[in-house]
Order: sequence, then structure tokens, then C-alpha cells
Amino acid sequence: MALLEVRDLRTSFKTDDGIVQAVDGVSFTVDRNQTLGIVGESGCGKSVTSLTIMGLNNPRNATSSGQAMFDGEDLLAASQDRLRELRGQKIAMIFQDPMTSLNPVKSLGWQLSEAVLLHNDVSKKEARDRAVTALGEVGIPKPGKRVDDYPHQFSGGMRQRVMIAMALINEPDLLIADEPTTALDVTTQAQILELMRRLQAKHGTAIIMITHDLGVIAEVADDVVVMYAGRAIEEAPVDQIYAAPRHPYTWGLLGSLPRMDVDTDRLVQVPGQPPSLLNPPAGCRFNPRCTYTMDRCRVEMPELAASPASAGHRDACFLDEATKSREPGRLLAGSGMGAG
Amino acid sequence: MARYLVRRVLWALFLFLAVTVVTYVIFFVTPADPARLAAGQGATPEQVQEVAEKLHLNDPLWKQYGLFLKQLVVEQSLGESFVNRRDVNDIVLAAAPVTASLVFGGAVFWLLLSLPVGIISAIRPRSLIDRAGMVFVLVGVSAHPVWIGLIFAYFFGYKWGLTPITGYCDFINPSLGAQCGGPVQWAYHMILPWLTFMILFAALYVRLIRANVMETMNEDYVRTARAKGAPEGQVMRSHILRNSLLPVITILGMDIGLALGGAIFTESIYSLPGLGRQILVSYENFDLPVILGITVFATVCIIVFNLVVDIVYAWFDPRIRLS
Repeated sequence: MALLEVRDLRTSFKTDDGIVQAVDGVSFTVDRNQTLGIVGESGCGKSVTSLTIMGLNNPRNATSSGQAMFDGEDLLAASQDRLRELRGQKIAMIFQDPMTSLNPVKSLGWQLSEAVLLHNDVSKKEARDRAVTALGEVGIPKPGKRVDDYPHQFSGGMRQRVMIAMALINEPDLLIADEPTTALDVTTQAQILELMRRLQAKHGTAIIMITHDLGVIAEVADDVVVMYAGRAIEEAPVDQIYAAPRHPYTWGLLGSLPRMDVDTDRLVQVPGQPPSLLNPPAGCRFNPRCTYTMDRCRVEMPELAASPASAGHRDACFLDEATKSREPGRLLAGSGMGAG
Repeated sequence: MARYLVRRVLWALFLFLAVTVVTYVIFFVTPADPARLAAGQGATPEQVQEVAEKLHLNDPLWKQYGLFLKQLVVEQSLGESFVNRRDVNDIVLAAAPVTASLVFGGAVFWLLLSLPVGIISAIRPRSLIDRAGMVFVLVGVSAHPVWIGLIFAYFFGYKWGLTPITGYCDFINPSLGAQCGGPVQWAYHMILPWLTFMILFAALYVRLIRANVMETMNEDYVRTARAKGAPEGQVMRSHILRNSLLPVITILGMDIGLALGGAIFTESIYSLPGLGRQILVSYENFDLPVILGITVFATVCIIVFNLVVDIVYAWFDPRIRLS
């Protein structure tokens, strides 16, 4: 059984302008020791998906439905108290901006100890020792000394290491990383990804990696879900997403990514803006931006369906098989397709 | 830290000089004749001249100011009142505790009211308490303390007889011949002044605290705390309040420092012999030494409280400590 199985997850927010359907029927599974990448543009619902699983949406304006079975327990049906027990202990999360994700007026030792003390019946001394160990594990030099430092004494990359230490301090089964490298420079990005991979190998943690960066996905993910306007539009093992993408939006995403192995004059871009989730377009949500739009796309919402070539590869598009297999090769300059 | 303190003290000295010079200049450009007032109603021109000579009022401005500074530094004296020859040090020292009672007591009250109301309003926006709080804020910032004071005195003091209407009792060591004294009587007499004085500040602080808490609630580190599994109470105490009250500390220090110079309206309504009332009386009599004395005291209060705020702030916020 998968560690986390999300089925038909939907989340909407009440706003002054109306109801925003931020996540509209997303399903996926994550196994221990596996990394699932969720990729999509800003506002496509990937962060809301993770916050819904964590139970961190504001209950005053958010409503969710569907299931998120974690170790046999439905997180969406769990009480706030139960969720609080699970958060930080079984499911941990790291966020996009390490500069603002740590409390500026508390020492790192305090913040790491807090995570330990919330879920373990240990002394403050013991919690502090664990904090020092955790800082050492994520590669903070002289952890015994730096544990008393404050966040402003650390660089962005170091703070993200601290966030990872804090998330993993109770050895959670699932780690949700919401754009953990977006705010970091490229060399630091690589270090952080390497660190996450190393810690995953050591503890067998399942990871959900949320990002808009296909480069990050290529590096760490085993499976990928591509989201668009609150819906999953394609899901596949990582190599197939790069080798044989099937949805026009995925083609656009891949085409807008510069590649070392392909010589192109121009990057392909996805024209237009992501739709407003207050009032999404009828039919396929991608139809106003899609170059292949047919009449059917404007009235009927395509559901995820398995590719005839591979059962693990599913996409939500009405295009015929011939187009789906021909177009990516043409668009993405043909040669050199395939995961790097 | 030492360098920081030296810089602060030098800045304070400059501030002090600037404030006293300005007070002097304003006093001298005001068309009035303090010598005549000091000499009394029936004084002859010769007598007035004599008084002016005695009070150095015929000397040029810079010389008088120099004399004032010399007196202050060498004798630690603020001089004597033009009007009744009383030592200004004594006048200020007698009035300061009254004003301090009013200000500190009032601060306790306004914090006791604005902290819970502000925090609850932030947690539950648009709730009943939030809406009631906003009405209170509107009334509190709009109503003049004199009006509030008169209403309070009329209802609580006169109509219902719950509190004294005017007067002040010393907290300790009441002077000979005083009608009352001791902590209980002191507090009893201060209730109405405290309530009157605090309303404006309570209203401002409710709004300030509500805004700060609401802003901090949306900070990323608050979400981090929840992601760690911290219960709401702990999130509020350890993560939201500490951060959102930092600006409140600054403003509290400045407000207290400023108010110690005299809460003129409140003191006048309830006939409290504090600095505010004293300075009103002295203005009427053009009693420069007393006005200057109170100005000096108020300046020192503001400077000291700003220093206190900086030190407290550094203790609360580690980002300040090292830089």
C-alpha cells in the first residue's frame, strides 16, 4: 500500500469576489523512498494541494473534499488535534522562502527544540542535543556553537538547511517540499537537492517535491504530476515526461526550458495567461491557450486516461494518438529527447 | 554597546540644547512683560525696573541662556520662579510624581484593555468583539479628553457618587495638613483620571495591536510553526505575539515619555497638581524658569524613555543586539 494516496482532492476558497476552485480533482500516490514531483505554473494549485494535505488551509475560508489516505488514515477526515499530532512528526514540510520561514526572534536551537518537544516526551537538554545533531546532519559547520544563533546570522542556503533539519528532526515518513530551491541561487539549489536526496536515502522518507522548475524535477523526482488550473493534466514516471510528453501544456513547459543538449534558436513559449480560477474556461481549462484546440475541447472536460503505450502514463487531452506522439518531437527540436 | 551609549548621550545633549534654546526664543519673542507681572499690580516703573534687573531680564538673550545653563550645570538648579521665588527643582519634583502616577497607571489600564481586545479582534476579524472594538476605537480617537473627563466626573463622581470628582492624594508620606493619603486613597482618587487619560491611547493601541497581530499571523514562520504541529496557543504566544508586539514597545516608550511632560487636559479637569497643570499656570504668569524647568524635565523623560525602548527592543529582537 502506498504511504500517501490522494484521491479526487478538491479545495475551494471563499473570497470577496466569489468561490475560487484552487484544486479541482487531483489524485496521486507517493511511496516510501520515492519522490513525487508536482509541477506547474504559479497559481495552478500545487501549493494549495500540499497545504490541504497538511490541514494548513485557513478553515475560515477553505473547504476541501476527497481523500488523502496517509498510512491508512484519511487526513481530510481527521480532527485538528490528530492533524497537529501528525504534522511535524509523521508529515513535515519545508517552504519556498527560507529567509522568512524561520522566526526571527527565536534562536535556531529553540525552534528546532520546539519541533522535538512538541512530539516527544524528552527533556529540554535532550531536545537541544537532537537539534545539534540535526544541524550537523544537514551540513551546518560547528553545530554545537551555531545552535544558539539566530536566523539573521545565516545565509539563505544555510537557512534552508536549517528548515530541512527542522522538518526531518522527528524522522517523518513524508516530507512535502514546496519550492524548496526557488529562492536560492543555482549552486545552492544543487546542494540542497543533493542534501535532500542523501537524507531520503538514509531515512527512506517519501518526498513530494512541488516546483515550477522542470530542471529540479529531472534531478530528484521518480514520478511527475503536471498541474494546470487546479487539475492534474498529465502524470508519468519522470523519464517518460521528458521522453514522450503527451499533453500540449507539458510540451509548452518543456519547450520553455533551455536545454544543453538541443540547439534551438528560440524557446517555445505557452502563449497567454493562466486562467482565473474564479471563473475557469468551460471544457478543457487549457483550451484558450492551446494551439490544438478542437470544438470538443471547449465544451467537454477531458479526464486523465492511460496512454496505450504505458499504463503508468496518463494525460487529459482529446488529441489523437498520432498528434500526441508526433508533435513533441517536432516542437522540441526532435533530437536529444529523453531524460538527461 | 559602549560606543552606542556614547552616541546616544551626545545626541541627547544636542537635543537638550536645541529644546531649551527654542523655548528661550519663543519666550522672548512673545510680547509680554514678566518683570511687571513679577513685581505685582501696584508696582511703580522703578520697582519693575529693579525686578527686571534682579531677574537678569535686561541682559541680552544669549547671556540669559548662558546663565541658565551655568546654573543648571554648576548648581544643578533650574533657578527660582519669577512669581513666587520658589525653587523650580522643588516645583518640578512635587508635580512629577502626580503626572507619573497618572501616566504609568493609565498605561497599565490602556494595555490591559487594548492587548486582549486587539488580539481577539485580529484572530476573529468581523466578530462581535472586533466590531465593538472598532466602535470603541472610533469613539476613543474622536472624543476629546476634556469632554470624556467631564462626562465621567458628572456620572461617576457627581450623579452616582462612586468616585471623588477632583483632587489628588499622595501615595506615600502625605504632606502635613493633607486631607487624605496612602495607596488606597491614591488609587481611589486616580480612577477617573486614569480612565479619562487612557481612552485615547487604548483606542489607538487596539488598532495598532490588531493590525500588527493580523500582519504577523500571515508570516511564513507562523505557517512553519503550525507545520511543526504547534497548537494554536503556542503559535500565538511564541511566534505571533513576540513579533507583533515589537512595534508596540517602541510606541509605548515614546508615548509614556511624551506624556510624562504633562497630561494637561486630564490634570486640569481633575485638578491634579501635576506638571501639565503647573505649566498652564506658569504660562499664564510668564514664569520662564518654571516653564523651562518642566521643559527640561519633559525632554529628559523623552530621551530616557527612548533609551529604555532601545534597550528593551534589543532584548526582544536579536537582530538589533549585534548590529
